[in-house]
Amino acid sequence: MAETENPFAQSPALSIAELEARMEGSRAQRERHARLRNILYPFAVVIGLLVVWEVGTRVLGVPLFLLPPPSAIAVSFIANSSLLLFHGWITTAEILLGFALSIVIGIPLALAIFLWPAFSRSILPLLVSSQAMPKVAVAPLFLVWFGFGLLPKVLIAFLIAFFPVVINTAVGLASIEPEKIYLARSMGFGATATFFKIRLPNALPAIFGGLKISITLAVVGAVVGEFVGGDAGLGYLLMVANGSMDTQLLFAGIVALTVLGVALFLLIEFAERLAIPRHIIAGNKGNP
Amino acid sequence: MLTTSSSLGADGEGAYLRVQGLSKVYATHDGPVRALEQVSVEARRGEFLSVLGPSGCGKSTLIMIAAGLLRPSSGTVSIDGALVTRPRTDIGIVFQSPVLLEWRTALGNVMLQAEAKKLERTAARRRARELLGAVGLSGFEDKYPHELSGGMRQRVSLCRALIHNPNQLLMDEPFGALDALTRDQLVLDLQQIWNERRMTVLFVTHSVPEAVFLSDRVMVMTPRPGRVDRMIDIELPRPRTLAMRETPEFASYVREILDLFLARGILREY
Repeated sequence: MAETENPFAQSPALSIAELEARMEGSRAQRERHARLRNILYPFAVVIGLLVVWEVGTRVLGVPLFLLPPPSAIAVSFIANSSLLLFHGWITTAEILLGFALSIVIGIPLALAIFLWPAFSRSILPLLVSSQAMPKVAVAPLFLVWFGFGLLPKVLIAFLIAFFPVVINTAVGLASIEPEKIYLARSMGFGATATFFKIRLPNALPAIFGGLKISITLAVVGAVVGEFVGGDAGLGYLLMVANGSMDTQLLFAGIVALTVLGVALFLLIEFAERLAIPRHIIAGNKGNP
Repeated sequence: MLTTSSSLGADGEGAYLRVQGLSKVYATHDGPVRALEQVSVEARRGEFLSVLGPSGCGKSTLIMIAAGLLRPSSGTVSIDGALVTRPRTDIGIVFQSPVLLEWRTALGNVMLQAEAKKLERTAARRRARELLGAVGLSGFEDKYPHELSGGMRQRVSLCRALIHNPNQLLMDEPFGALDALTRDQLVLDLQQIWNERRMTVLFVTHSVPEAVFLSDRVMVMTPRPGRVDRMIDIELPRPRTLAMRETPEFASYVREILDLFLARGILREY
């Protein structure tokens, strides 16, 4: 433990352990600051925009029905909170049912596409062209077929949302290093074990990528369904607010939809973290 | 005591692995490609046999066929007299890349083999820890592949190939992607493991010193289509040491192989 004087050191000579502790401390501090900045900067931008918006609309005297200031939107949001909650709940139900349907139909479909090349060849062109078709155009037809209730909205949400689930699952299942499959066979795993122990976990990141796209699309689908013919839901509320020139409420509805969309997205991300332990996601960041 | 003689009986008595008249032709867009042509080779039980040759000489194809993972176009592979017609599960296989499951720890990856073989769990875990310890990975059992270096990953891959005590190890350029120092260590580790267990090893490489260092015999192959060019007995005492690489005997084996490569135009001196 002989500590020799280092003539080049600017500070009193430190042992390597002390140096380590110091480096570790400054690294931790840098990371804390970086985390803080990641939250602070976007927050500051939002606050700045809101202030400009608020001041701008007031100074320029923009009429409320054209562009209400954020404060008016906030007031409307709070005043109509029970209304927003009621309609928001219905929209949430439509989104989640459409999304659930996307999973229940999309994943088995992807499985069939992956397992049977003949099925894939026959169904895939159909599937792709079904995506080229603007689904919004089908919405009135669904109205005719299924009425004004929950069902047509759920179906439109499903129709818009299921495609990324199918494609991502099918691609995720198919894309695997051939060596992993060779390995499984030489270890003596049968087809079922290979699927569940190797191929499915291997595909999970891709599947969740599809689910995350799907949930945001399901929001669009549900709102489109409510636009076309609804008597409830945030999309319906937007139409009503629009019709009565209640632009504050319109904005409050948009805010509610945005919050709902983000919340659902985060929910899927949370599920992803549960299903795919941290190291896969962390793995993208490389070695420590 | 292991001998280094390559003379087997005419009926291949004592041969553990027999490859007879093996050919493999791949159909490609540019027409058929001959990967292997009439390759015959035998390995005794417990022999360390290296397959050495230029890229594209069908070395990997030979491994895949020996593992039962690929069908030969003609010819046969047999183990202990039994024809290989399906993927062999009695082997340990190591590829050039570690092929670890990213969502499993080092221990979990080794245990995959145990799960496939339905080995008793507690004993298998103990053995997996022992194996990981033997290749210097004590304390890394619970690390995930992305937390390990390339050399560590390949060590995990090696442990996974060994946990069920296979009679044969098939290795397809296992150290090809590693830096020189890590490579030296892994070669020493492999020699040690083989020394203790004496499984039959088929080791594909394109490193001449590596082949000479590890092997009882080196099978030198021609460029495509891969044929057996020469079988060379390596009669160096075991265990081999790093210092042995500087001896005239070692150098003369390396020289012999390099001369062969020069003669075949695989290497060109100016």
